[in-house]
Amino acid sequence: MNQYFLLIACLQLWSLITPVNPASTWGPLIFIFAVSASKEAWDDYNRYLSDKKANEKEVWVVRQGIKKHIQAQDIHVGNIVWLRENDEVPCDLVLIGTSDPQGLCYVETAALDGETDLKTRIIPSACMGIYFELLHKIKARFLWRNETKLGMSRGIPEPKLTAMDAMIDKLTGAIFVFQIVVVMVLGIAGNVWKDTEARKQWYVLYPDEGPWYELLVIPLRFELLCSIMIPISIKVSLDLVKSLYAKFIDWDFEMIDQETGIPSHATNTAISEDLGQVEYILTDKTGTLTENRMIFRRCCISGIFYGNETDVELLNAVSGGSPDVVRFLTVMAVCNTVIPVKSKTGAILYKAQSQDEDALVNAAARLHMVFVNKNANILEIRFNGSVIHYEVLETLEFTSDRKRMSVVVKDCQNGKIILLSKGADEAILPHAYAGQQTRTFIEAVDQYAQLGLRTLCLAWRELKEDEYQEWSLMFKEASSTLVDREWRIAEVCQRLEHDLEVLGVTAIEDRLQDGVPETIETLRKAGINFWMLTGDKQNTAIQIALSCNFISPEPKGQLLLIDGKTEDEVFRSLERVLLTMRITSSEPKDVAFVVDGWALEIALKHYRKAFTELAILSRTAICCRVTPSQKAQLVELLKSCDYRTLAIGDGGNDVRMIQQADIGVGISGREGLQAARAADYSIGRVSGTSLFNSVSLMAYNVFYTSVPVLVSVLDKDLSEGTVMQHPQILFYCQAGRLLNPSTFAGWFGRSLFHAIVVFLITIHAYAYEKSEMEELSMVALSGCIWLQAFVVALETNSFTIIQHLAIWGNLVAFYVINLIFSGIPSSGMYTIMFRLCRQPSYWITMFLIVAAGMGPVLALKYFRYTYRPSKINTLQQAERMGGPILSLGNIEPQSRAIEKEVSPLSITQPKNRNPVYEPLLSDSPNSTRRSFGPGTPFDFFQSQSRLSSSYSRNCKDN
Amino acid sequence: MEINTNGATTSSAAVGGGGGDSRFTQQELPACKPIVTPGLVITTFTIIGIIFIPMGLVSLSASEHVPKLMKSPVFIYYQLDSFYQNHRRYVKSRSDKQLRNKAAENETTTCDPEGRSQPDRAPIVPCGLIAWTLFNDTYGFSVRQKKIQVNKRNIAWDSDKGHKFGSNVFPKNFQTGGLIGGAQLDSSIPLSEQEDLIVWMRTAALPNFRKLYGRIEEDLQPNEEITVVIQNNYNTYSFGGRKELVLSTTSWIGGKNDFLGIAYITVGGLCLFFAVSFILLYVIKPRPLGDPSYLSWNKSPSGHPN
Repeated sequence: MNQYFLLIACLQLWSLITPVNPASTWGPLIFIFAVSASKEAWDDYNRYLSDKKANEKEVWVVRQGIKKHIQAQDIHVGNIVWLRENDEVPCDLVLIGTSDPQGLCYVETAALDGETDLKTRIIPSACMGIYFELLHKIKARFLWRNETKLGMSRGIPEPKLTAMDAMIDKLTGAIFVFQIVVVMVLGIAGNVWKDTEARKQWYVLYPDEGPWYELLVIPLRFELLCSIMIPISIKVSLDLVKSLYAKFIDWDFEMIDQETGIPSHATNTAISEDLGQVEYILTDKTGTLTENRMIFRRCCISGIFYGNETDVELLNAVSGGSPDVVRFLTVMAVCNTVIPVKSKTGAILYKAQSQDEDALVNAAARLHMVFVNKNANILEIRFNGSVIHYEVLETLEFTSDRKRMSVVVKDCQNGKIILLSKGADEAILPHAYAGQQTRTFIEAVDQYAQLGLRTLCLAWRELKEDEYQEWSLMFKEASSTLVDREWRIAEVCQRLEHDLEVLGVTAIEDRLQDGVPETIETLRKAGINFWMLTGDKQNTAIQIALSCNFISPEPKGQLLLIDGKTEDEVFRSLERVLLTMRITSSEPKDVAFVVDGWALEIALKHYRKAFTELAILSRTAICCRVTPSQKAQLVELLKSCDYRTLAIGDGGNDVRMIQQADIGVGISGREGLQAARAADYSIGRVSGTSLFNSVSLMAYNVFYTSVPVLVSVLDKDLSEGTVMQHPQILFYCQAGRLLNPSTFAGWFGRSLFHAIVVFLITIHAYAYEKSEMEELSMVALSGCIWLQAFVVALETNSFTIIQHLAIWGNLVAFYVINLIFSGIPSSGMYTIMFRLCRQPSYWITMFLIVAAGMGPVLALKYFRYTYRPSKINTLQQAERMGGPILSLGNIEPQSRAIEKEVSPLSITQPKNRNPVYEPLLSDSPNSTRRSFGPGTPFDFFQSQSRLSSSYSRNCKDN
Repeated sequence: MEINTNGATTSSAAVGGGGGDSRFTQQELPACKPIVTPGLVITTFTIIGIIFIPMGLVSLSASEHVPKLMKSPVFIYYQLDSFYQNHRRYVKSRSDKQLRNKAAENETTTCDPEGRSQPDRAPIVPCGLIAWTLFNDTYGFSVRQKKIQVNKRNIAWDSDKGHKFGSNVFPKNFQTGGLIGGAQLDSSIPLSEQEDLIVWMRTAALPNFRKLYGRIEEDLQPNEEITVVIQNNYNTYSFGGRKELVLSTTSWIGGKNDFLGIAYITVGGLCLFFAVSFILLYVIKPRPLGDPSYLSWNKSPSGHPN
């Protein structure tokens, strides 16, 4: 597009063909480029600043035995980097020494894989015992690769183009083709006319022989005249509008987290208008739907169910010193990687990488089992006034495969060695010692999962000294192997974690964010499909889904499970679900499918097609136990079917998904800022209402487009001569906000109609003795300006002071500017405007142009508005009339605004949809999608029982 | 929605960070949201109709064609048909600087092919095709053998005489080439007083145009026979053009033109027609606005028609 404008501008310089003063193109072009260049420059500068911040981060590097402060960008291969506690790891590193006597160090890898627990890294045994002074003597040879782990895990973010951009490109292309056709036709006609007629016109003095390019001159001239069809300013004013939208999001107070005060921030200025076009929302559960703040809720200790730490029975049991309870609390307090920090006030704060552990340690503390201090390997626990010391011998880390973690501790009082374990039920209960009744625990786990709580089983075992020594050797060996270390360690751990005595079950609540159920409800009514992708276990995920209105409970909703361990099982289960889905899709039922990570892996690999169909059919899906890359794959899958996707997440594990999605929303929450950085929007804390407001905001903003018209008008004022000769005031289409081919055609038709009105009225009203070129062109131009003001006024749905300023101020500005120009003797239009303003016929003509131009448009609009209203119109009417829809309760205003935004989709979508996927729907192409409809209005109207009559009418319509 | 406005405004200083008017940034400016209600639309159309038809009638009457007394001043126009004064090649062929300023008499590059006189390349003043083709028919009027005086002064715009055509610029080398385009100019009269030229050089936008020739400053009686002696110099035969002579008085609407009147009556009539048909439609098929039962999310559910 820019090339096109450059071409036009260059053509303008050729004085033989230029119809107007080249300044009229160059002026705006330079202005426009200046504006867009400065916008880009500003963006670049900001990017530069943040890059600089990352690159210039100060890092300690050891050189020649001296610690030096250098910038992160200066680190190169072979440097020895000195990191202190809580430092960010600036690059890929090999651990060669730590302050820990055992050579341990804990690393958080949330930025890479989203796992927030601390990972243990041990220095290679070869480096054991190297002193700091000797470090510089190490000649290390490292294999250095360009692909760092971070880079690889992130994937390649594609540039995000909005649907609007694509549509504008298409339409610009269409205009261009149209323009070429016009130019060809007029050019040929012009040449023919010139040869037959113009040669006879002696007063033009055509030379007999023209240069070789003579035939080209007329078409090129028309091309220049038509160049106004694609307004130069379109791209820039759209950019400006977009960044304004983004700014509005930034500024929106309702999207500020009231607790942390982090405002929402839109990073990508370009895609905000797409917010309204989202069809699929893929959301992370923890931290997105839920607050990622764990609260200890229930526990079950050796078969007895207790409440949380305020439960009197539990407190009694604690003070009674029941051994089971004490052991249970010990595991809670000890079996973790939490580090207690004493604050100045004396209170103990826990630094936990996992919110679960934090909840458990805190709960234990409130139950008088206080984890006071951690001094190297010695843990200090205070229980009921007495202080107990434990020495941590080994930590058997949590991995997502093992789904449990254990510590081996030595009780410093009696020297007993104990193994303390906690983990998922399926990871702990099978390892209970033979003979222990685990049934109550299974029941407890089920019961808690039903409540949407996260469960952990706690267990312990006393170890014999020699058993531990033996195992310890194996563990050390496994820890220092280079090949398959994790697997080896897991295997070794397995040898210790058996014959456990299960102590009990804890249940932790992951609190839902405020307003989440309401938001999801409204969004689902708006026809947006929700997918929940979580690493949680299936039951918990389902419960969370239920509690946030994600899926409906049994009678109305139906859950279909896809599981299986082998390809065959998965395939069969997939087929079955698909079949059910097809059948039930005609019933007013909410059908959701649940798939776990393993089955998803197989489904994506081998049965992609079937799974895609399933994805299209189902409105809701729960994917549990999924990995970050699977999340991204799901987004990709939906995108490949030409759906607009929005991904929300807070953790580093959501980064890929967010980058992959059309719109990424990152939440700067508890899991760190990684996701927020990758995302296009970051929101302080997504609360139901605020997310919603961003959408309603868009709905409102869509109508806020009079500003670009102002820009384009300024653009146009400068080329008044051109307008006269070719008054196709096409830039109306620029204001075409719900851009799609059919509305575009509408705008196009209207502008054509207006062009004809202006042209015909002007040439007839200013015929004969008044047919003076400057005057006539000014009359035509004023006609355009008047009409345009009225068109914008008619199309504007809500007038604020700014709209009034933009529309009428623009009109006034037109007169002011032209009167000023008319006052300059050397300008071509000297006194023209004064003359016109004094002529009654001028004003009469304007009046006529407005009436003739707007009358039919208004009539058509009225007709469509009243008798063929779109959803937007109906809702607008309802809103302004204070009709019944307003009284539908709290939730209603939300769905209305959502609907405003969604409805344009219904026009664009079918055209956008990739035909490749159509065959998938061929079984019941009409029933599949539509079937969701009855379900939706059903709940919608059900909740408002007094509208049941209208519901039945709707049914008939169906 | 949970935050009250007060809370929001107070935090604006902290977070908005110079976001300016918080009501603007929050998009909470008081807004008027008009909708096209039947009442509004029908009223609008009716009012437009009621205003336009009388206005059209008035305009028409102002440019009536019945023979009647022509009050002085009577304007004499010559009309050319199919003469493309708006032809690109033609309209650009002039030099405004040269016309205005004696010192700029050599600025004739824009005037091709009539910039310089043929053999000696001396600048032509006034140069260019427009000046070269100056209309040169002359008219003599008489009523009952009595000659009527035609006033040819003050037929051009004052602004042109004052600013566009210099009082110290005199015609030079004009019409000396092989081809004679149109009228000669008296080289002793400055351009600012060559009113025929000034009028001619206000180029017309349309191929059929009238230009002021002069004024008759006496009343012309109805049914009076006016004899016109025409000196037919100007060549319109080569391109099949026509010449006409028009006598006209002026009116408040400016000249005689039926178009505005007719257009007003048409548009007014159309508006009345719209108004009436909308009233009928409203009566026959009333439809309450904003009826939620018309919300079609079950017709094409969830915005996903397939």
